[in-house]
Amino acid sequence: MSSLTWRKLKSSGMTFLMAAFTLLVLVPLVMIFFHIVKMGFSSINLDFFTQIPKPPGEVGGGMANGMLGSGVLIFTSSLLGIPVGIFGAIYLTEYGGGKLANIIRFCADVLSGIPSIITGMVAYTLLVVPMKGFSALAGSFALALIMIPIVLRTTEEQLKLVPTSLREASLALGIPMWQTTLKVTLRSALAGVMTGILLSIARVAGETAPLLFTALGNQFWSRKLTEPIAALPLQIFNFAISPYDDWHRLAWAGALVLVSIMFGLSLSARFFGRTRGRGN
Amino acid sequence: MISEEVQTADKVMVAKANAIKLDRKKRLSGDIIFRSLTILFALSILVIILLMVVEMIQESLPAMKIFGWKFMTTSTWDAVQGEFGALPFIWGSVISSILAILLATPLSVGAALFITEIVPRRIGAVIASLAELLAAIPSVIYGLWGVLVMAPWLQGSVEPFLIDHFGAIPFFRGAPYGVSMLAAILILMIMIVPIITSITKEVIMAVPTSQREAAVALGATRWEMIRTAVLPYGKSGILGAVILGLGRAIGETMAVTMVIGNTPRISMSLLDPGYTMPSVIANEFAEASSKLHSAALMEIGIMLLFVTLIINMLARLLLWSITRGEKGGGRI
Repeated sequence: MSSLTWRKLKSSGMTFLMAAFTLLVLVPLVMIFFHIVKMGFSSINLDFFTQIPKPPGEVGGGMANGMLGSGVLIFTSSLLGIPVGIFGAIYLTEYGGGKLANIIRFCADVLSGIPSIITGMVAYTLLVVPMKGFSALAGSFALALIMIPIVLRTTEEQLKLVPTSLREASLALGIPMWQTTLKVTLRSALAGVMTGILLSIARVAGETAPLLFTALGNQFWSRKLTEPIAALPLQIFNFAISPYDDWHRLAWAGALVLVSIMFGLSLSARFFGRTRGRGN
Repeated sequence: MISEEVQTADKVMVAKANAIKLDRKKRLSGDIIFRSLTILFALSILVIILLMVVEMIQESLPAMKIFGWKFMTTSTWDAVQGEFGALPFIWGSVISSILAILLATPLSVGAALFITEIVPRRIGAVIASLAELLAAIPSVIYGLWGVLVMAPWLQGSVEPFLIDHFGAIPFFRGAPYGVSMLAAILILMIMIVPIITSITKEVIMAVPTSQREAAVALGATRWEMIRTAVLPYGKSGILGAVILGLGRAIGETMAVTMVIGNTPRISMSLLDPGYTMPSVIANEFAEASSKLHSAALMEIGIMLLFVTLIINMLARLLLWSITRGEKGGGRI
């Protein structure tokens, strides 16, 4: 066999191997998706959205309190996470140059790689211990810690895209820097910033580990932010590891709802991202 | 008359100038407040990391004082007797994440190369965004699938097969439990593959086309082009992606907790159940029976924090050197 044929053969062989690897990567992911859809649709019903969980072993019930709880947790964590992230990003692009900004960028990247269970432990020592009890507030705080670096980095990327001439035009008209930043720079990057916010919400909506010892979970409705609160991912976890078939069914239904919410969020994030591209 | 008029006009001008000055001062104070606010919020990132480290060290001091370095080398974990040694968890974390990364790396790099170098750009983009969308699935759902679909499958067909044919090797000795180290390794691999793939894809796309053209012009086949031009150029970036995946694997909590079996013992067999550092925190922290118990869990947490901090710093430094500096800043 000539060396050229051998080389060509080797090249095709490697190409085939790469195709096979791609298939191997996609198969489990597609299977997970398939099972969520199949099991989810066969288990979901109206009760799921209106009822709270039944006592162990009883058939029926739903995860209405978990969905509401997740909504409450996401809302309260956004109140802290979004402003801190956006203002931090404004510092990085509008004011910060040099070392400090780079250190903050670096730390934000590193922070987003820290396991989320650690943020749960920190929220536990900072809030649960002094308040003497698990609470929705502690859960929101833990989630906000996860949101901040995501919002900060995506907002920064978007603010960087705003042309300098726009800021200069505004400043030349005598508009103070802070108003220029809020009303001109931030506003023209708004669609992109929204994308980042939606992505960060999609991320924390599925977080379970930081809620284990902050929000704790609750089989009933919660009335106060200082009480433990149910959350959809927590309920999926507890029901999945339970020995009851009917709870497994509910866990699949919960998974379908959670995945739909997350896909909805990331699709709308893409939509925002696209309108921005077209608008300019 | 005229000079009086001029004087009043002057006065008006001075008054106006003063007003403008005053106005500017007001504006400046607005600017100063706004600026300080942004600095404060930006610094909160540093504060959070510091707070994490300080708080966790403080909380784990009781365990550190009693057990010292022995904490990492002994393997008794008994909350009733107050004996805590973290070796089984360290063992479980190291084995599961390293084997997962060994399996995931060739798959991810191969898939990333396939997406960028071989299929038409459009199809590659579709595959990539599919993988990215699926990578956004929360870990608790991977765990749900792992414990209700994958573990029974492992128990029913894969593990008996391994025992029958490779039972002589210590790695595959034992009984088919389903929930096992093997299940944890597989679920971790499935979870980190999309992450490594998508970062590697970015890295490979950043390799200049001229590199490829040069290789092809010298008569290289497609594989030779990849091996001599693309891979060496993206080497440090791919390494960064792999290290980032490793960090993710070590810190992954929910999915692993649900499939690994949560048994604190050190076993050579991948078919036996195990335990990892995040899993033991997830299972025991909320119901820690004593101050010492929660301090011991905190100490596991601080080890986890330091390991992931170092891993992430390393990965970011490797990745930053590639992706940094191409986009212009908007700062004035």
